Amino acid sequence: MSPRLDRRAAVAIGLMALLAILPLVATWLDQGFYVGQLRRVLIFAIAAVSLDIILGYGGMVSLGHAAFVGAGAYVVALLHWHADRGIEVLGILPGTMQSLATIPAAMLVAALLALAIGAISLRTSGLYFIMITLAFAQLVYFLFVSLRFEDAGRSYGGDDGLRYPADVTVLGLVDTTNDLGFYFVVWTVLALVLLGAQRLVRSRFGVVLQGIRDNERRMRAIGFPTNRYRLVAFVLSGAIAGLAGALLALHESYVSPSLMHWTRSGDLVVMVVLGGMGTLFGPVIGATLFLLLEKFLPDFTEHWMIVFGPLLVLAVLFARRGLIGLFDKRGEEARDGGH
Amino acid sequence: MAATDALLEARGLVKRFGGLVATDQLDLSVRRGEIHAVIGPNGAGKTTLIGQLTGELRPDAGTILFDGADVTALPAPARARLGIARSFQITQIFRRFTVLENVMLAVQAREPHAFRFWKDARRDEALAAPARSVLEETGLAASAGRLAGALAHGEQRQLEIAMALATSPRMLLLDEPMAGMGREESERMTALLRRLKARETILLVEHDMDVVFALADRVTVLVYGRAIASGTPDEIRANPEVRTAYLGEDEAA
Amino acid sequence: MRGSPGATRARGTGRPAPRRDQTMSFLLLVEQALNGLQLGVTLFLIAAGLTLVLGIMNLVNLAHGSLYMLGAFFAASFARLTGSFALAVLLSIAASALVGLLVELVVLRHLYRRDHLDQVLGTFGLILFFNELTKIAWGPMALFVDVPPALSGRVELIPGAPYPVYRLVVLAAGLAVAAGLWWLITRTRLGMLIRAGASNREMVGALGIDIDRLYTAVFALGAALAAFAGAMAGPLYVVEIGMGDAILIKVFVVIVIGGIGSIRGAFVAALLVGMVDTFGRILPSLAGLPSALAEMAVYVLMATVLFFRPTGLFAARG
Repeated sequence: MSPRLDRRAAVAIGLMALLAILPLVATWLDQGFYVGQLRRVLIFAIAAVSLDIILGYGGMVSLGHAAFVGAGAYVVALLHWHADRGIEVLGILPGTMQSLATIPAAMLVAALLALAIGAISLRTSGLYFIMITLAFAQLVYFLFVSLRFEDAGRSYGGDDGLRYPADVTVLGLVDTTNDLGFYFVVWTVLALVLLGAQRLVRSRFGVVLQGIRDNERRMRAIGFPTNRYRLVAFVLSGAIAGLAGALLALHESYVSPSLMHWTRSGDLVVMVVLGGMGTLFGPVIGATLFLLLEKFLPDFTEHWMIVFGPLLVLAVLFARRGLIGLFDKRGEEARDGGH
Repeated sequence: MAATDALLEARGLVKRFGGLVATDQLDLSVRRGEIHAVIGPNGAGKTTLIGQLTGELRPDAGTILFDGADVTALPAPARARLGIARSFQITQIFRRFTVLENVMLAVQAREPHAFRFWKDARRDEALAAPARSVLEETGLAASAGRLAGALAHGEQRQLEIAMALATSPRMLLLDEPMAGMGREESERMTALLRRLKARETILLVEHDMDVVFALADRVTVLVYGRAIASGTPDEIRANPEVRTAYLGEDEAA
Repeated sequence: MRGSPGATRARGTGRPAPRRDQTMSFLLLVEQALNGLQLGVTLFLIAAGLTLVLGIMNLVNLAHGSLYMLGAFFAASFARLTGSFALAVLLSIAASALVGLLVELVVLRHLYRRDHLDQVLGTFGLILFFNELTKIAWGPMALFVDVPPALSGRVELIPGAPYPVYRLVVLAAGLAVAAGLWWLITRTRLGMLIRAGASNREMVGALGIDIDRLYTAVFALGAALAAFAGAMAGPLYVVEIGMGDAILIKVFVVIVIGGIGSIRGAFVAALLVGMVDTFGRILPSLAGLPSALAEMAVYVLMATVLFFRPTGLFAARG
């Protein structure tokens, strides 16, 4: 491994360790609120890593990724709500709060959604691809806005979203009511996702994906069915985003269509790029910084956006390699996914 | 099924871009085991022809046969898997990968596309070993670990050929492999092509007449998208129509 | 977080579908068709600038919607200040174009050479900035602009079907601008350069044309068109922060369907999208389905078109 990769691995391990210690410290200092905040960060980090697979390694600029997160969240939310009320979903499927069922279901639905969207979107490329993913994000958003249900006076739907109980035992291990315990479940999921994604991008599949990103014409000329590879990557990425959505649903006990608004997809792209795309861990840094800023900057000024907007522009113009690039020595040639 | 003498055949190919007829009722046949050169002045439609033969462009009319089978409707990746390999006039390599990784990708393309998500591809000997032998053959073994983008132009052109070779092709379509090369590099490339001649069927698009006449078994001359003459290099040299087409053209490499 | 979701949802033609019985359905159709055309023309005004910028400068400008928003806000303020709607529209175009030029000079110029992802992110940052700036300058509440008294009231184009004069004016103005744009593109030298630039950027530079000035001119033209659309839209729709983002996506749909770089495509697609969106709205309420489904009609249209023609209907470049 090159020195640069070693350094990045060290950064990743260091930060993950930090993310493991911080909640312990916070709990000890009786600041349990921060545990929840950090947990939310980790969940979005999972979503950001999933986006990096297609964006940083696959070169697919998708502005609709939040749709998969939202879909995963809604699956869990719906199953919980219906289980709580004892009503079947769509009249046939019984609700459940068993995470061993709800989480895989969330991932499956997200994957199917990604398959449907990808099958159409990936026929286009470049600018058209960006715009079609944007439009699909809106499509899914309005689909969920129009999702309504009413039974004996209890209802959910529309902009109001959906509230449901979320006290479950996650994967038979820890209760969601156990703040710290649930935190470490999410932390472990993130760690596993990172490790899995790393193997993925280094595997045969991963190098093909990167080859397609770097020179699709060449890949086709040597015989790779490029659209098929991209679709598989898109679906995998969607499934992991769905996983993040499921965890989010368990974390918040509330979902609303705003989760899937295209600006949330934009946020995810910002997290990935600002953190450092094509690095897998960059997005974790990006998500951490983005969400912490989003949460705590408004306390300083109501109009923090007026700073954040131009900051983003400046970052795009001058800090292209993202925050993780700060840890690189000057002049090191970008390789292995980075721009 | 009778084995045809022609490995690649184009019949009545037509390709229009708006009002421009880039390929005009073109017939071409490449025999097994030969080096067949396609020459012609600029704008003759050579690259358009390659595009149609490899599947990047869809002809408006005509058929393309590969080993007797009609491949006209097949997209580029499918034709590559059938064994048609190509090198590009403007180098199309993976600059961010090493030379070895470039060729390993090409080797990988030959395997059936069962997606493998786990094992580290860069340490996969099943890919690396064949890749290294192709690098040996094309004289790039010393550069195996360097980034493709860092290679000199001539070496990049060699890598182009190496990638085409690594797919274990039944036929090579080489689009101006000498493009932009100096004398020494050209000589190296010519030597490589001569070595390949023994076992590969090659369709060679080239400007450099010395190379063409030194290597080619047969030559087809393209002018304004039409094949105006086809035959041995000597026949072509003697052909009056060909001379007219090239009158005034400076054919220095 | 940014108030956009609400804005997106509240978009509409501004009038509920009137309840009429079956015998009146023809008049309903006519009314909705006119609404559809008016929406289409509004979309075209915004799309024209965006598709030109995309086609010629290869720039994805997410902040184009912000110019539409600024046009609406400026017009609302100038109308209040001067008491004249017409003057307000003109002033708002000038003001917005100025803002647009500033943005082009300071930010966008540096993005021309970047890849689309950088442009998306950069202009996304601009959206955030402008939304917040608008909030600071005009406050967070939505503004309501009255239809100018001279243009209020209805006219019976078809006996028995009164239709708002203002909407007709918007429709007519939009068509006039479209015609003017067509004349500019096909009959003037600037237009020829624009068309040439849309299909082959390098060529235009090679011909010795000052590319920078051409780019700036094109951008200013697009900004003016968007601002005009925004100014005219004020009395029709709610003037609020985030109105630009909401309509931007529909504009993207128009461009994608029409084909990037093609004005003609943008025109056809805009009318198509306007009609589909308007008619799509009345269908669910007729069928008893949730009205939000109506919003989906446009995206389903886009997905269908792209499925068969991945580069749109009239792509300027192969």
